Parts: sequence; C-alpha cells; structure tokens
Amino acid sequence: MATTVSPRPRGAVAWQVATYAGLIGLAVIYIYPFLVQVATSFKSDAEAAVSATSLLPATFTTGAYERLFLFSDYPTWFVNSAVVAVAVTVGRVFFDALAGYALARLEFRGRNLIFAMLIAVMSVPAVVLLIPKFLVIKQLSMYDTYAGMVLPLLVDAAGVFIMKNFFESIPRSLEEQARIDGAGVFRTFWSIILPMAKPAMVTIIILSFQGSWNELSHFIIATQSPELTTLTKGVASLASGQLSQGTQYPIKLAAATIMTIPVAVLFFIFQKQIMRTSEGAIKE
Amino acid sequence: MSTGVSENVAQGARRRMKSPEAAAGWLFVSPVIVVLGLFLFIPVLMSLWVAFSDWGGRGSPLSSDVAFVGFDNFAAVLTHGGLPTKTFGTALRNNAWYVALVVPLQTLLSLFLATMVNNTLKRGRGFFRTAFYFPSVTSSVAITVLWLFLFSSTGAVNSVLSYLGINGPNWFNDPRGILHLGLGLVGVDGTGGTLDQHGALGVTWWEWLAGPSIAMFALIIMAIFTTSGTFMLLFLAGLQNISEGTEEAAMIDGANAWQRFWRVTVPQLKPIVFTVVTLGLIGCWQVFDQIYTGTKGAPGNTTLTPAYLSYEAAFISQSWGQGAAIAFILFVIIIAFTLLQRWVLADKPDVPRRRRVRRRT
Repeated sequence: MATTVSPRPRGAVAWQVATYAGLIGLAVIYIYPFLVQVATSFKSDAEAAVSATSLLPATFTTGAYERLFLFSDYPTWFVNSAVVAVAVTVGRVFFDALAGYALARLEFRGRNLIFAMLIAVMSVPAVVLLIPKFLVIKQLSMYDTYAGMVLPLLVDAAGVFIMKNFFESIPRSLEEQARIDGAGVFRTFWSIILPMAKPAMVTIIILSFQGSWNELSHFIIATQSPELTTLTKGVASLASGQLSQGTQYPIKLAAATIMTIPVAVLFFIFQKQIMRTSEGAIKE
Repeated sequence: MSTGVSENVAQGARRRMKSPEAAAGWLFVSPVIVVLGLFLFIPVLMSLWVAFSDWGGRGSPLSSDVAFVGFDNFAAVLTHGGLPTKTFGTALRNNAWYVALVVPLQTLLSLFLATMVNNTLKRGRGFFRTAFYFPSVTSSVAITVLWLFLFSSTGAVNSVLSYLGINGPNWFNDPRGILHLGLGLVGVDGTGGTLDQHGALGVTWWEWLAGPSIAMFALIIMAIFTTSGTFMLLFLAGLQNISEGTEEAAMIDGANAWQRFWRVTVPQLKPIVFTVVTLGLIGCWQVFDQIYTGTKGAPGNTTLTPAYLSYEAAFISQSWGQGAAIAFILFVIIIAFTLLQRWVLADKPDVPRRRRVRRRT
C-alpha cells in the first residue's frame, strides 16, 4: 500500500535528506505565521508595529485579551457563535442522518427525484444565495433573530450525501432482523442503524461545526443588531477598524487567535478522522 | 401528505409492508426538503424576480408597486457602459486574474506537497500533514486578519524581504497591477495607446492586462496558503491508491524520476486533478469573506470581486436589481467554467496513451 522506503539503489539517502530538508523549510513557512500571530497578541501596540517577526514579546502583556473580554462585545460574539454552531451541528447530524437513511434504505415514490434534486442543490454556489436568502428571511420575519441565523443552515445537501453513502455500506440483514422482530421504521433507525453510523456522524459533526463556526456571509445578511453578532462578523468589523483606532494589531490578532481555538481543538481531537474523511471523498 | 399515505395503504395487501415505509421515507426527508426548499429554492426564484424588477429595497419585493423591468438590470451591468458596467468589468478582471493564478498554483503546490510527504517515512508524515493542513481549518476571517498584519508596510513579509535587500511594497494599499509593473520594467507603457482606446465592459484592454494588483496578489498568496493543505490530503489519498507495480515497471524501462512522475504518476491522479481544479474554480469565483474582512474592494477597486460587488450593490447601494443580476451572472460564470473544465479534462483515450509512454521510454 503505502510506499515507505522505495527500493532506490543510488542516491536514496541523499534524496531522503533533501526531501526532509525541503519539507521542514515548507513546514516553517506554514507554521510561522501562526506563531507570530500568537506572539504578537501578547505584545504592546508599539512593539507590534516595530518588530513584526520576533516570536518573544520584549514586554509580555495580556492587555489585548483584557480589552477584548472586559471592554468589548467579544464575549457576546463568542456566545453567539457557540450557540449557533452547536444548534446547527446537532440539527445537521440528526436531519442529515434521517434523510440519508431514507434515501439509502426506505422505498418510496419520488426518492430518485429527491436525490437528483439534492445533487443539483449541491452545485449552487453559496455566494450567489446572499441576496435570495436575505429576501426570504425578511419575508418570513426571521431577520435579526436566532431562527434566521440557524434554520437556513440546519441541513446541508453534502451531509445527506455522506450519510446516504454510509448507510448503503451497512449490511441489510441487521435491520431486517429488527423489523421482523416487530420494531418500527424509526425504532430500527434510532436504536440499530444510528449507533453503527458513528464514523459518518463524526464526519458530519466536524464539517458542520467548522462550517458554521467559520461562517460569515450568512450572518452578514441575516442579522444587524450587536446582540446577535457572531465572532466572524465581529472580528471582521474589528479588522476594518470599527472598534479600534489606528492599527492595534495585538487586539486584532488576539481576537483571531481565540476564535481559532475551538476549531483547532476539534481538529486535533479528530485529526485521524479528518484525514480519513478526505481519503473517503476520493474513493467514492 | 397524509392523503398520499392513505392512498398507499389502500393499494392492497401486496404493498402493505411497503406503505409504512413509504410514509416514513417521506417523513424522514421532509426536514431536508422543507429547509432546502424554503432557504434555497424559493430564494432563488424570488431573487430571479428581483433581478428583473425595479425593487429598491423598501417593503416586500412581491408588493404590487414593484415593476417588471425586463433585462434593464443586466444591461446596466453588462452593456450600458456607465459606472455600473465599469465597476463590474473591473471586478470581473480582478477575479479572472485571481482564478488564473490561484487555481494552477494551488493545484501544483498541493500535488508537490503530497508527493514530498508521500516520500517520507511513516513517522514524520503525520507532522507534515498537520502542518500543511492546519491553515485550512482556520476561518477566512481569522486568516485575513493575520494576513493584514503579515503584509502591512512594516509587517513580517517586508521584514523578511528587507533581509534579502528588497524594499517590499505597502501591499494592501498598492493598486498597481503586477503585469503593468513587469511591462514597465522593460519599458512598455500602454497608457494612451491603442489598447487603451478600446476595451470591454467599460474597462480598456490595457487595464484588463494590468494583472492582479499588489493588494490582490497578497490575497492570492493567502488563498494558495489556506487551500493547498486540503488539496494535498486529496492527492495523498490518491498517491496511496496507486499500485507500486506501474512505478516499478517504468523504472525498469529506464524512466527517470521526473518522467515517472509526469508520465506514470500524474496520469493516474487525473480524477483527483479534476476534483481539485473543479473545487478550485468554484471556490475562487466566490471570493467574498476575505474582501469583506480585509479590503472592501480597495485600493482603487482592485480587490473588488463580483461576489463582493453583488453584496455591495444590493445591501450598501440599495441597487437590489443590479445586485441580484450580478449574482446570476456569477452563477452562470461558475457553471460555465465547471462545464468547460469537465470538457477539457474529459477522459479521452486514456489507455492507449499510457501504452505509448511505455513504448517510448
């Protein structure tokens, strides 16, 4: 399967050394910006403007974080992002699984049509939906409410697709046994099938949480009041200098650092799963 | 829906096992249908109406005092030649350069990273994979904030450049096109020339050839930085599926590493190249978050993209019809590019070509 050391007779060692040297150089380029980000968030404004590359603050200060948490709306933004991301994730896992199961296993008229429409929906680029979504949210009197923020994100066609693929890989015999024993469709789904679908559900959790936590454009068009501002929207306004005068990089970078932590934690917990997910995406 | 269910029930004993299943089927998919219908299908129809109407943002676009104006909004953006046309043309130019640079570069870089990582021993592989993938995890907002800092006039990038004796530009405030700068170095200046007399969409040919501005170039680097990790994972998965047999056969035939890579490995990765280029094209035509967070189209409209312009026209300038029209044009562009790319990379006689390579080498 994987080629660990290919049987190259000549220059194999030199080749390996060169590969590693190149990779380490590239890895530094990829990681260094994030280290500078964290380091600068602990610097003073003046120092951040003068020394942009040092990884150790000359005078270590948590001033940026204090200002964020004590004198700005940052805590509100954080709570909003968390509420929306959790609600969207829970909703998507459940509804995507339900629909995926129905499309994979239950026979009903119109199933193929629904599936074809899901595929069509997946190809609609999100960015062209900004104005359309705003119009409907406004029409439904959901503008500037949690409902308007969460409901439109509550299902995603790609998630249904992933769940459907997974359910098709489970042997039919298991649920047939349950059905013969007299369990209803939902009962079979809930207590036999769903527990087996954990790997696929973890995939949906990762994608949904990351997607809704990092979502910006939908919240721009669905809300306007400060109480409903999410991290993405709030930090974007910070970036364009609406809260701070001058450059004030430490506070901006501190804001960006904290908003990265939840998705970074999720990433490190489920790393193996994420890598496998993308491999699966190719094999299908 | 309940009548449909009872009809099914009435259809007789043979289907008795199936009918509760059919009801459950519809019940299970109904949340998805309702949400997608309500927030995707109906919105598109409503927006299509707005694109053909003179709605100004007040009240409901469905109220009786909103009039049908035919293709007026599309004409204002595409053919009238006024400010809306010029702005749209500029946005289109910016995004076209963005696509032209980001898509090939991110595809090549991610293929390169995957090949390198795939050649390492199992032990180090996890670390490198994580390092290259991590930027993809962060939000576009957070990464844009970081980029504004790294590419500020006294930022890290210019510091590194100054070590190398290069005086870095004031990236996000520099509207000069890099192709114009390059041509300027060899003494070519088309200002006022023939190319400057004529043009398309209110933008002269000379301006079309400006290349991405330095500000846009910083965003191009950012796009490559954040997406190469994701695509690297796709290529890595593909590389691990390639059997060693073909590689070894080519080696015996005397092909060197470079030939083996381009003529044996890459052709086998074709489905993944297709996926990466398609996703790249779709993503690159939708640049919005970075512009909203970072530049709002400045400097000199050189980071304006159709996606951001659509938002700005509707939500800021209250030209809802034009905003909706731009969104639909963008939709058509994305579909067209996807189809074009599908056609270009379509599976032509694949097997004979591989045989030919074998014979030649």
